Amino acid sequence: MIRVDAVSLSFTHEGEVSQVLQGISFAVEDQGSCAIIGPSGCGKTSLLFLLAGLLQPDAGTITIEGRPRTGTILQNYGLFPWKTVIDNIGLGLALKGAPKARIRTRVEGLLAEMGLAGFGRHYPAQLSGGMQQRVAMARALAIEPQILFMDEPLSSLDALSRERLQNLILEVWRDKRITTILVTHSIEEAVYLGRRIIVLSRRPGRILEIVDNPGAGDREYRQTEQFFRHCNQLRRILKEEDDGPQA
Amino acid sequence: MGRKRDILIAALILLALWQAAALLLDSMALPQPWIVLVDIGSRIADGSLLDDLAISTFRALCGIGLALAAAVPLGLAVGAEASLGRRLSPFIYLLYPIPHVVLLPLIIILFGIGNFSKIFLIALIVFFQILVTTRDAARTIHRNYFHAMQTLGATRLQIYRHVILPASLPKILTALRISIGTAVAILFFVESFATTTGLGYIIMDSWGRADYVALYTGISCMALLGFALYLLLDRLERRLCAWTRSN
Ligand SMILES: Nc1ncnc2c1ncn2[C@@H]1O[C@H](COP(=O)(O)OP(=O)(O)OP(=O)(O)O)[C@@H](O)[C@H]1O
Ligand SMILES: [Mg+2]
Repeated sequence: MIRVDAVSLSFTHEGEVSQVLQGISFAVEDQGSCAIIGPSGCGKTSLLFLLAGLLQPDAGTITIEGRPRTGTILQNYGLFPWKTVIDNIGLGLALKGAPKARIRTRVEGLLAEMGLAGFGRHYPAQLSGGMQQRVAMARALAIEPQILFMDEPLSSLDALSRERLQNLILEVWRDKRITTILVTHSIEEAVYLGRRIIVLSRRPGRILEIVDNPGAGDREYRQTEQFFRHCNQLRRILKEEDDGPQA
Repeated sequence: MGRKRDILIAALILLALWQAAALLLDSMALPQPWIVLVDIGSRIADGSLLDDLAISTFRALCGIGLALAAAVPLGLAVGAEASLGRRLSPFIYLLYPIPHVVLLPLIIILFGIGNFSKIFLIALIVFFQILVTTRDAARTIHRNYFHAMQTLGATRLQIYRHVILPASLPKILTALRISIGTAVAILFFVESFATTTGLGYIIMDSWGRADYVALYTGISCMALLGFALYLLLDRLERRLCAWTRSN
């Protein structure tokens, strides 16, 4: 269980304090899937950083029960360009001092699973955007996390690779029973992948609405009426926010 | 390889220009290249040149090695640790622009006229060149790389090994490339007095005796030494920074 309770965050930049997140509260149950959506710059990445423990809130608490292992996919510059695909994926295990043989079998398994077989000795720059994201996914999965944090993992991809990777995320969530938290700016993606959707306001980010979306998690969900209804609902909320008085 | 052929052609053109200039000038002060080559060959054959070549190479390599060993760790730490950077950067700012070569008398008073003083002066000058570049390289690493390491649970030492050092390495090697020229120039300077060994001594000695063939032998060997160091560095770069060529 992840519980976020009245969390606020601000940055101080050249003596000026600017509020980024304000009074955020929500919860995600174990093996749940949660999508976070909101306008650009509203604090989605900051919220994910708080959840992943990379930032500390000014006020409020974040409780994650039972010290689970977590994997994280960052928005940009996540992969190390100076490491081969194999070394990128195996890094988390290597840092924990896992034996080389175990790292090798684990990495080989993930290469096959992510459709990266034959690219292990490439450097990230030699791969397409979609493949780079799969490497990032493989690296996050290598340590067998119980929670997976993802920050717009698919935003730079073309429509087709995007859909393929959405299905991959869906499988990871369903088959491995990993709690997934996904930041996205795509409405369809949020509805396809998030059983719970947190909609944030413009900066400073407050929760506009928490949409429960129990249909998510099925491959065929995209074709259902419910899917369209939820998409329209999100679109309306975000549009109202966009049209509203400037903060 | 095409590049090797191009370098060979360039070398032949330079030799041809030298030859043409020697014929045109028809002066004692510019012997023809083949005479110099024969002189180099005979001095290598009778062993007299090898000692000088060896001691000069030794001094240059030790100087550069010593500088690297000190400047790289310090530069990385000053660049990556903000508090250390704040404290030490003013010193670097003051000490870097000093023409360190003027410290020679002081170094000789402290360390005598042996090899160590020569090596120390080379090291001192190269040290600052590498220090400043390394610091700047470590300071400009994108913070997401650090976040990615944090999410993988890395210790500070692991962050140095897997991010700070490899990310800075291309710039360190570029600095080293420039430093080789400096090191060989300082080598000539420190070998031009208070010693009877080394290529610099050969140059000064034969100049004094108006032995122009020997003078050019010394000059050519000095050039070859610089070139050999350059090749060595090329090798090293290919080994250590394969990823920069994948972009
Ligand atoms: N380290 C920082 N120091 C100061 N301000 C920051 C810092 N990180 C983020 N901000 C500011 O906080 C706000 C929220 O940033 P954040 O990256 O969380 O937004 P986001 O919703 O992820 O944006 P995007 O959709 O563009 O990814 C932005 O206005 C940003 O300028
Ligand atoms: Mg973001």
